[in-house]
Amino acid sequence: MNIHEHQAKEVLKGFGALVAEGVVVTDPDKAEAAIGALPGPVWVVKSQIHAGGRGKGRFKELGDDAKGGVRVSFSAEEALSNVREMLGKTLVTKQTGPAGKQVNRLYVEAGADIDRELYLSILVDRETGRTSFVASTEGGMDIETVAEETPDRIHTIAVAPSAGCTPADAEKIADALQLTDAARTQGIELFQALYEAFVSKDMSLLEINPLIVTKSNDVQVLDAKVSFDGNALFRHPDIVEYRDETEEDAKEIEASKHDLAYIALDGEIGCMVNGAGLAMATMDIIKLYGAEPANFLDVGGGATKEKVTEAFKIITSDPNVKGILVNIFGGIMRCDVIAEGVIAAVKEVGLQVPLVVRLEGTKVKEGKAIINESDLNVIAADDLDDAAQKIVNAVRG
Amino acid sequence: MSILIDKNTRIIVQGLTGKTGTFHTEQALAYHGTQMVAGTHPKKGGTDWTGANGETLPIYASVAEAKDATGATASVIYVPPAGAAAAIEEAIDAGIELITCITEGVPVQDMVRVKEKLDASSSRLIGPNCPGLMTPDECKIGIMPGAIFKKGSVGVLSRSGTLTYEAVYQTTQAGLGQSSAVGIGGDPVKGTEFIDILELFLADPETQSIIMIGEIGGSAEEDATQFLKDEAKKGRSKPTVGFIAGRTAPPGRTMGHAGAVISGGKGGAEDKIEAMRSAGIQVSPSPAKLGETLVELLGRAS
Repeated sequence: MNIHEHQAKEVLKGFGALVAEGVVVTDPDKAEAAIGALPGPVWVVKSQIHAGGRGKGRFKELGDDAKGGVRVSFSAEEALSNVREMLGKTLVTKQTGPAGKQVNRLYVEAGADIDRELYLSILVDRETGRTSFVASTEGGMDIETVAEETPDRIHTIAVAPSAGCTPADAEKIADALQLTDAARTQGIELFQALYEAFVSKDMSLLEINPLIVTKSNDVQVLDAKVSFDGNALFRHPDIVEYRDETEEDAKEIEASKHDLAYIALDGEIGCMVNGAGLAMATMDIIKLYGAEPANFLDVGGGATKEKVTEAFKIITSDPNVKGILVNIFGGIMRCDVIAEGVIAAVKEVGLQVPLVVRLEGTKVKEGKAIINESDLNVIAADDLDDAAQKIVNAVRG
Repeated sequence: MSILIDKNTRIIVQGLTGKTGTFHTEQALAYHGTQMVAGTHPKKGGTDWTGANGETLPIYASVAEAKDATGATASVIYVPPAGAAAAIEEAIDAGIELITCITEGVPVQDMVRVKEKLDASSSRLIGPNCPGLMTPDECKIGIMPGAIFKKGSVGVLSRSGTLTYEAVYQTTQAGLGQSSAVGIGGDPVKGTEFIDILELFLADPETQSIIMIGEIGGSAEEDATQFLKDEAKKGRSKPTVGFIAGRTAPPGRTMGHAGAVISGGKGGAEDKIEAMRSAGIQVSPSPAKLGETLVELLGRAS
């Protein structure tokens, strides 16, 4: 689960991290006093959307000449006029895709006197199975670019879970970031606090880019991107409160309510599959035969008739869907249950597009019989290859 | 021969008294008499579990107690995500040699903690978030459907459950059958990686060929192909077919499995496919052609 920058800063502040003062703005008419109360002399107005590249992003409605999604202002008045211009507009960044994201809230922050911009993140390194810091003196830019161009400037420091982030670990990070004197002392404290925040809140990524050293040699968290391990949210009701559903696809929210793993894509063939690997492979085989998948959908191992019906409704609610492929390898999941679910769903929501069903595994005969005996216009397939070709041909007409 | 498990493997079920544990234990007992010997439950020690067909197993209060009483060397875990890490830790502490955790949705930080403990122990963990492992006609640990298996010569290993079934089914259809099949699981931090199982398959005389199924995310497939290259130089190699799921997955999105995500430009399918090819693995273009691709490869090799 992703949260906004201002929420991330609030969480980190709770662990003692030094962040600038700021205010969240959703209504410009109520923002004047709060913005005026910030110390200045610089005000930074930041779009709050769940996507990176905001500074270089452009607002669709304002044209290419207008300023981006993060704006530095030199008076409270200028900040307020930026707020009025940005709020409610659609920001397109390299991470949002061409459709962009509507900016429903802004964060106005006191500007900082920057001497150096650094990069710091914490993640779980899959290769070592350990929580690790990634530190670089090359902050403020895309870390992937740094990794490609100057890999020697990226340092990874792994932390032993039983010991936690020790002073020795923190010293290594401070060395990697070339921190000295007061900044070094503050940094060492900060790194341990960030580690504590990461582990105790079950974060999956904590990225501070940039972490800055000010002209007075203080360290400060200037930007913060935090996401959480969805599997651990059950023990963090405070974090769940931060969820902003306006940032998510409506179909994905609906799917998550029914415990379905669904991801909306841009293609024309809707897919309903059991198992994540097979669901991905089904998308791949559709592409192999020259069409594009409209979604990823894993109905899971223990799907019921009701769950299959919900899945079907979500797929058919996507106006781009011109055909549907159901691909089930019944292990624990029984093919007859799937077949009944499909029939029930078609009867309930109707079927405007071709539907190909491929069933294999447990109770496959019973499942196929249910499909064949129905008077619905369902195309049966013998295997996955056959199924993919049939749905692609059906969609092409 | 087979790898990890055979007809003599004795297994404890952690989480036997729940619905999932009960169902799959019934299935395992019915599969060529897999030796499920006991269950554990902290509050139900001393009672008996009874399955749908009247089978009974003793319940012990702890894994250590169950191990002492039955001589079991393996355990399988069906407890909910919040308690799964503690269940694995209990099995490690009890000195269980082979621990299989089926549970999906274990928090990553829990697995980071477990992994440190695991590395310092002599236990092996398969999973979590995996379908388990099978040796046809002998032993079934986990949730794989027994009916699609056939005793034979192909070693199957995969990060995905249902794609394991595809590979098993297709090799059964092709008449090759399987020596053993292992689902290592779809989580980012897990007990056993491809390399560990490949080593066992290379060493197992009954395994004459291998199907390895990877997916996007991480670099375990690249590590595995490097391992196969190094072993081939030492003269150890077996005909291998590969498949990678997720060529069409968008970057930055987690595709069902917690570990299936392309992040920071890393973990994409094309890199993994290229790594497989460079190690001499025959990559199947389609998940529907795993068996066919292997049959062709073996035909060429002989």
